Amino acid sequence: MNKDSQGALWEVFVQKKPGQPYVHCGNLHAFDAEMALQNARDVYTRRNEGTALWVVPSASIVASSPEDIGPFFEPANDKVFRHPTFYKLPKEIKHM
Amino acid sequence: MDANFEAKLARNENIEPKDWMPDIYRKHLIRQVSQHAHSEIIGMLPEGNWITRAPSLRAKMVLIAKVQDEGGHGLYLYTAAESLNISREELLEQLHTGKAKYSSIFNYPTLTWADIGAIGWLVDGAAIMNQVMLQRTSYGPYARAMVRICKEESFHQRQGYEITCKLAAGTKEQKEMAQDALNRFWWPTLMMFGPPDAASSNSENAIKWKIKRESNDQLRQRFVNQTVPQAELIGLTIPDKNLEWNEAKKGYDFSDPDWKEFNNVIHGNGPCNRERLGARVKAHENGRWVREAAIAYAEKRKQKAAAYQ
Ligand SMILES: [Fe+2]
Ligand SMILES: [Fe+2]
Repeated sequence: MNKDSQGALWEVFVQKKPGQPYVHCGNLHAFDAEMALQNARDVYTRRNEGTALWVVPSASIVASSPEDIGPFFEPANDKVFRHPTFYKLPKEIKHM
Repeated sequence: MDANFEAKLARNENIEPKDWMPDIYRKHLIRQVSQHAHSEIIGMLPEGNWITRAPSLRAKMVLIAKVQDEGGHGLYLYTAAESLNISREELLEQLHTGKAKYSSIFNYPTLTWADIGAIGWLVDGAAIMNQVMLQRTSYGPYARAMVRICKEESFHQRQGYEITCKLAAGTKEQKEMAQDALNRFWWPTLMMFGPPDAASSNSENAIKWKIKRESNDQLRQRFVNQTVPQAELIGLTIPDKNLEWNEAKKGYDFSDPDWKEFNNVIHGNGPCNRERLGARVKAHENGRWVREAAIAYAEKRKQKAAAYQ
């Protein structure tokens, strides 16, 4: 690491309330996990934005690439039977 | 690829870091986002000047919280700029060597406590106007940073206006102080929106690529329309003899700021350019040992952890 480095990049995820999913909220620099967590608290939760945090080294994230949006997600397009609205019910049944 | 980029812009979809983008779009954004980031952290200096002299504990807590927010804004924007393939170290290097610019407004001194009011009310007010627009900018990470920033900014303008209101309702000397701050900050604030549309070299591309959705002059007009009644309400006078309501355009007519002064300040000759940059470089140098210690500590812990395995 460069002597005047600002540390590696970390991604920050916040959980708003217990039980809710963690949502990506931004990133920051830190030299280790502990510092990343403390910085994340100071930068992203100063106004009660959450009650729990994840920090993940950005380099560890594996992402789909925008070029293959089409072929990568296409298999889901023609499978309407995965949705409840595909099925016909007797009209007497109001809720199912 | 180019067609893809244009199509995304046409559909008002965000361009994301891994998307293909024209080099000139990337360069424009690096310049704009880093300039914005630098402005946030340089902007901490004129206000920081008054933290130790805030007139009450309440005022001091508020000012510290605001200055801390600005540091956070700098961080959001630096990481947005970094997603365009430039390192944080490079960005800071550009600031410290004077290669990169920051908002000219922060090269003016904060002489009295009323200036802290004027900065929150006018400077943050103008910044918010620009940032509200930028929430819909075409580059995803920049747009998302703006959404967070706008949420945090809302108290900045109010606290500044509150300070100004209090002074305007105070003793004769206090009211004069508020008026004097308005007199000094009014024109530099109008300059914050950038040169007039006819003379702005970067504007055309920025609008074409949906980086900006409104022009410098449109935003400046909106700011004047919004601010004049706020000044009148508390008995302060906008220092512009030509200021007049224009019923036809449903807005105020107002004088042009002194663009010669603007260019002078941009090119390093404002009242505080040297002081601001000097303070920033000194802070960076003084922090060097902290960064070195943090690296050494992280290394040591990594080695220890490896030894236990
Ligand atoms: Fe800010
Ligand atoms: Fe602010």
